[in-house]
Amino acid sequence: MTVIGAVDAQNLVDALGLGAIYGLMAVGIGLVFGVLRLVNFAYGQLIMAGAFTLAYASRAGWSTWQAILACFGVVIALSLVMEVTVFRPLRTRSPAVMLVATFAVSFLLQSIALLVVLKVQGQVGIPASTVAQLAQAVTIGGVDVRKVTIVALVVAIVALSGLALLLGKTTVGLQMRAAATDFTTARLLGVSANRVITLAVLLAGVIAAAVAVLLTASQSYVTSDFALHDMIIVLVGVVVGGIDRLWTATLGGFAIGFTRGVINGALPTDKSVYLPSALFALVILVLILRPAGLFAGGRSSVVDRV
Amino acid sequence: MRWTRSLSELAPPALLVVVVGVVGSGTSPARQIDFQTALVSVAIVVALYVFVGNSGVLSFGQISFAAVGGYAAGVMTVPVELKVGTLPALAPLLRDHTIGNLPSLLLAAAFGAVYAALVALPLMRLSGLAAGIATFAVLEITHNILHEWTKIGPGAGVLSLVPETTGMLQATLGALVVMAIAYGYQRTRFGRQLRATREDPAAAQAVGISVHRQRLIAFTLSGGLSGFAGALYVHQIGSLTADQLYLELTFLSLAMLVVGGATSLWGAVVGALAVSGLDSFLGQAESGVNIGFTLNLPTGTRLVAVGAVMALVLVLRPTGITGGREFSLTWLRQLRRKERTA
Repeated sequence: MTVIGAVDAQNLVDALGLGAIYGLMAVGIGLVFGVLRLVNFAYGQLIMAGAFTLAYASRAGWSTWQAILACFGVVIALSLVMEVTVFRPLRTRSPAVMLVATFAVSFLLQSIALLVVLKVQGQVGIPASTVAQLAQAVTIGGVDVRKVTIVALVVAIVALSGLALLLGKTTVGLQMRAAATDFTTARLLGVSANRVITLAVLLAGVIAAAVAVLLTASQSYVTSDFALHDMIIVLVGVVVGGIDRLWTATLGGFAIGFTRGVINGALPTDKSVYLPSALFALVILVLILRPAGLFAGGRSSVVDRV
Repeated sequence: MRWTRSLSELAPPALLVVVVGVVGSGTSPARQIDFQTALVSVAIVVALYVFVGNSGVLSFGQISFAAVGGYAAGVMTVPVELKVGTLPALAPLLRDHTIGNLPSLLLAAAFGAVYAALVALPLMRLSGLAAGIATFAVLEITHNILHEWTKIGPGAGVLSLVPETTGMLQATLGALVVMAIAYGYQRTRFGRQLRATREDPAAAQAVGISVHRQRLIAFTLSGGLSGFAGALYVHQIGSLTADQLYLELTFLSLAMLVVGGATSLWGAVVGALAVSGLDSFLGQAESGVNIGFTLNLPTGTRLVAVGAVMALVLVLRPTGITGGREFSLTWLRQLRRKERTA
């Protein structure tokens, strides 16, 4: 029994780490969705760009801190470029056009990464060793806790409290919340659209960079489809949780990451082949019963059922 | 008057497809594959358009109906004596029967339509992002089952030795059939009612249109046409894996539709042909092509260029190349006038 208990605790700790990372990604998606009504599918490729920065930095022999700094610089710059060149011209368009445009950007960034890696390396991926020491484990009470899990949890808590303070206590935070509730009215009352949106994109970029560091630490081989699958799962989690509000979206992201972690660890592979089907069937069920999101409470702000 | 309008709207895209088929027939066998792929893409994108274009609801699920159709047509046309070797775990009913090319296309369409109808019954209550994610879940489930269940197909392996019956003729005719049905549908009162719900759901409901029923009809029709297109696809390539009809094709076909102009048949056809054309031209350029000078691009440029063009078209012209309108001569005239004054 103790063996199973230990395995379970181990499993839970790993799942908690994955949940924290997915929760952070959900915050990044939710922030931009709040002010822009845009699901940024290319968010995963921002993370990929950060991972590649780390990988190339470790090839160039930079120290860990230099590499992480470079990662933040690249990801934030790329987010702002994306906002100016893609989001801004499409701001008034239908959600479908904006979503497909971010697909195109995501596809473009992936192909560039593939081209660069193939050209430079002659192989599909490159290892990133600069943050690898984060993957080492420390043993706490018989459970191996990888440092990245602790860092992920700390980063998630710090980021969420920082964000809560920013949104709750500052003027610009108030403006962001107002814009997320009713953008037109907020603008009428003097909220600067560009300022609010740029800030949201910037914050999402900072979070993407942090996620890039965390994900690279746990899967140190960087390929062009890095974070793509994680992004899709987080997106599902965000919508299931309730994309309309930041906290429900975050909770959705955390929940799906945690669930995935627990299930992956608990089931042997030959038993889990139909698991994706079961999970996605559950997703459909939740969406039909609660289209506004699992955690959205009683209010239904958007007409989502016909 | 009605008929001349129908003719003037359906004839140009049909003519374009016929021209692509005829020009393609005159090229070398290796080049012909590119043309066939483009024509099959037309069928896939037009099938997607029937739902997404007319309803304005984004669906990521249509490729799963193409996958179901493709697998049904593929598994049923592999000769019985070959199935024992390549698909040992197949259920007896599927193992002991083989059907011809045309029945397999119809079977695929039927499978696609039935599956789509079953999915649509609960899902079409949703709209917006919830609908998008729910259809995405359908794609994931379909892929998962096709990838694992060896009683109905090759599972994670390759479905091979499928008769390659989609030549230039079948690809052209197949695309034309899908287009004709799509156009016929959008001219019926069902099609018009659905388009009304796209423009203003509240107003449409106020005049007594059932959004749910109209979306259900379009989703089912689109599923049937997708199944048919999937069958064309498997008969063109001669083999199939679950990953071929999955995420990448879903995104690519949606991008083709939006790049062309999502709200018109003309846009769907133009988008499919333009993106496939660009893709195969760049594919050639990667192995060296002579266009006055020799163009030789490094491997991987193709994807970058296709992605860049898609992003550029969407940013500069969000309503697509055609502006989401059907082909019309007055539109051409206006365009010319604008150019003259500009």
